[in-house]
Amino acid sequence: MRRFCAVLHMLGFTMALFASTMVFPLAVAIWGQDAALDAFIDGFLLALGIGLAMWLGTWRCRAELRSRDGFLLVSLVWLVLPALAAIPLLIYFQRAGMPLGLTDAYFETMSGLTTTGATVLSGLDALPASINMWRATMVWVGGMGILVLAVAVLPLLGVGGHQVFRAETPGPMKDEKLTPRIAGTAKALYAVYFGLSIACLLAYRVAGLDWFEAWCHMATTMGLGGFSTRDDGFVHFDSVPVEIVAMVFMLIAGINFATHFNALRSRSLRAYLRCPEAVPYLAIVLGVGLVVAGFLYYRQVYDTPLAALRYGLFNTISLATTTGYANTDYVQWPMFAPMVMLLLATFATSAGSTGGGIKMIRAIMLVKQARQEMVTILHPHAVAPVRVAGRIVPPRVLASVLAFMLVYGMSLALLTALMLLSGLPPVTAFTAVLATLNNTGPGLGPLGPLGNFSVLSDFQTWVCTFAMLIGRLEFFTVLVLFTPGFWRK
Amino acid sequence: MKILIVGAGRVGTSVAENLVSEHNDITVIDSNPAKLAYLQERFDLRTVAGDGSQISVLRQAGAEDADLLIACAALDTVNLVVCKVARQLFNLPRRIARIRSPEYPELPELLGEDGFCVDALISPERSVATYLHSLIEFPEALQVVEFADGRVSVVAVRVAGGSPLANRAIDDLGEILPDVSARVVEVLRGGRVLPTPAGTVVRPGDEVLVVVDTRHARRAIRQLREAEKSVRRVMIAGGGNIGMRLARTLAEEGYSVRIIERDPARCEYLATQLPDDVLVLHGNGTDEALLERENIDDMDTWLALTSDDEDNIMSSLLAKRLGARRVIALINRQAYGELMQGSHIDIAVSPSQATMSELLRHVRRGDVVAAHRLRQGVAEAVEAVAHGDRATSRVVGRRAGDIKLPRGASIGALVREDEIIMPQADTVIESGDHVIVFVPRRSQMPKVEKLFQVSASFF
Repeated sequence: MRRFCAVLHMLGFTMALFASTMVFPLAVAIWGQDAALDAFIDGFLLALGIGLAMWLGTWRCRAELRSRDGFLLVSLVWLVLPALAAIPLLIYFQRAGMPLGLTDAYFETMSGLTTTGATVLSGLDALPASINMWRATMVWVGGMGILVLAVAVLPLLGVGGHQVFRAETPGPMKDEKLTPRIAGTAKALYAVYFGLSIACLLAYRVAGLDWFEAWCHMATTMGLGGFSTRDDGFVHFDSVPVEIVAMVFMLIAGINFATHFNALRSRSLRAYLRCPEAVPYLAIVLGVGLVVAGFLYYRQVYDTPLAALRYGLFNTISLATTTGYANTDYVQWPMFAPMVMLLLATFATSAGSTGGGIKMIRAIMLVKQARQEMVTILHPHAVAPVRVAGRIVPPRVLASVLAFMLVYGMSLALLTALMLLSGLPPVTAFTAVLATLNNTGPGLGPLGPLGNFSVLSDFQTWVCTFAMLIGRLEFFTVLVLFTPGFWRK
Repeated sequence: MKILIVGAGRVGTSVAENLVSEHNDITVIDSNPAKLAYLQERFDLRTVAGDGSQISVLRQAGAEDADLLIACAALDTVNLVVCKVARQLFNLPRRIARIRSPEYPELPELLGEDGFCVDALISPERSVATYLHSLIEFPEALQVVEFADGRVSVVAVRVAGGSPLANRAIDDLGEILPDVSARVVEVLRGGRVLPTPAGTVVRPGDEVLVVVDTRHARRAIRQLREAEKSVRRVMIAGGGNIGMRLARTLAEEGYSVRIIERDPARCEYLATQLPDDVLVLHGNGTDEALLERENIDDMDTWLALTSDDEDNIMSSLLAKRLGARRVIALINRQAYGELMQGSHIDIAVSPSQATMSELLRHVRRGDVVAAHRLRQGVAEAVEAVAHGDRATSRVVGRRAGDIKLPRGASIGALVREDEIIMPQADTVIESGDHVIVFVPRRSQMPKVEKLFQVSASFF
């Protein structure tokens, strides 16, 4: 019980910390005196109050967390924060006379925090600026992780902080610290994230967006979320410079931030070459982008090669990096293109980036593992360990990657079966699960880039919400809570 | 401070464990990933797998901007090379090497700037042996540590029923011994520290910590505890480096020493290395027949000094039961040490804490001359030199009572040139004074370090 109390203590702190990020939309609401001002004042005070009460109320049991508590904390944080984030949305839509269901509100905030970018809201252009601001802020915070932020500002977590950090940052090998202390590593990552975000904000502004839209799109670009302030997203802007800025920063945010940090620290681009993921990631994403563009031109979807290149490349990068922006309704394209783009999202982004999916490093390990298997079949006496970046991958890590793949595949199959059971057509069901499990956002069919997840029933929405959660936390953190051994004393 | 530790053996692990905190960024290098995984799992530090004497490994571990290197790999040669490389290639400002061999320390030119560039040596075996030696010299004490080149001692003693100080306030120590500089800085009752020593009435069974002029230490201790019969006969279990060093020193001072060693080859080596009057016995410290045959019940002190905690505990319990007057066991694991101290085992000595004492003065900021861990590593005492003047120092020119020490901490003694002063609240501290500060919890040390740092304007 005492351990649980200590977890609640940290949960309270994280909730209060998260609630304080509501000052961004609050500031926008005050500045523009928009319709959601009351909702944000009430929501902010309520969320902050709950968090502080829980934090201070459990002050007596503050203690360093054990690794088991770390899993519980991470899962609880990711279950509770979307609810907290939904408070202002619920209040606003209730008062505006078009009540938003709890299911939809929770889906929307979960989609934001897990940087999925799937939305159930329509008429975004008409919403108060502060609501759009809040959706974007959630993506930005969720991208690098609220708990990583907590570790950076709260040294109390100690070794437990390392566990929490490992549970929240994606990727198979998490023992590589940038600085000796975990708080320093968390600070370094946020510093890089912050710096790149400012660069992205300025670039959007220069490319022609106004400050508000530049800010919102910066947040959802860096977080690889894909929320837009417009129903029709980038189709609305129809501007090549803005799309170029988006492409560049999506590609940047899909690289491991530790690699960015190393590059900045050594002031050389060699860090990217030494990183096992960055080069294959860029090569595959850009390569597939060109293939898609060529395919579109060949099938005469676009008349000029330049138009094919623009649309093919932008949408491929957007989906591959699990962002989910669109500058055209690619659902109209021949099925091959959107399907390839969606499948690319399952493995393109790097570990330690803000993207989702199984991550490039795992894909590389799997491919090398398969190759090694063939070598051992041909040469039974061969010693051929799997190496990544010149170092042998420990069998323990390989095993965990294989287990991860198994769970990933099973989740994809089971959740798709559930969606089919509930009556969705196959393509919609499969792409809905794929898009939420990979934290991409738009699927195909009615869930396409210009479509909307509000067509789903409540049950289907909850399935998608669950898929987003386990996808973001990479399965095991959440699933371990369902094992009896976790709860046994 | 950014600290680089090479070698995650017993010494490296305990150094890392003791230094890890919010104030230190620690990186540990070792070639055994299993040892690193253990550290990584339990402490907030970074580990690098590889050979610490390789340049690429040192660079990867951040040798370029580290402030302190502690080389404590198993081999002396590795430690020397690491120090040399760190100085020459990375210009690492301070380098400490753990050296086992007694030969290197005798050659300062080999270790200096033209040699291996080692700033300071630590020798765990030597520090533990010295520490044990002081315990044998003061059979009444639980712990003895020295400051100011041995002129001031801090002694932990359990107060006996017949002591003149029993049931009197600790401030009366001055009345009882008017010509001796001594003061009680802490009273421990039933394992808990009493909030403030001033005015506390000492009860029999309390553990008190006394700061005393070393010349009068024996007399001061006698006020707390009737004198023990002085030690003549010592039996040591475990003929490793510590046991061998201690046996040699004791034998040279005229003690009667018996040493038990399990390995026959090592026994022969001991027999060639130690003076003739040391009796080397081949056997096991936990063999009661052997102990009885060798008259364990006549022994004044039993020391269990093998590298195995469990063996040391069991053989010490056995020795006590068979009649050894006082038993001392080397216990590495802090949990075991706390469990055993004061039970049937009279004193549990932690080798890592003894090593830490040697290391601490290099790690502490400010001009710290000596530092020692007390009470199984919970408390700490440091000897720091006050520099500067009233404007630049937070200590100099101020009365002892006005210095803002952390809660429970106190100034034990001042050494001004040749004089030892027990400061009163109105004693003014001068530049150049060696101040011995006692801190009940070592987490408070950073505050004390800050006090003794001179502000920038001094330079």
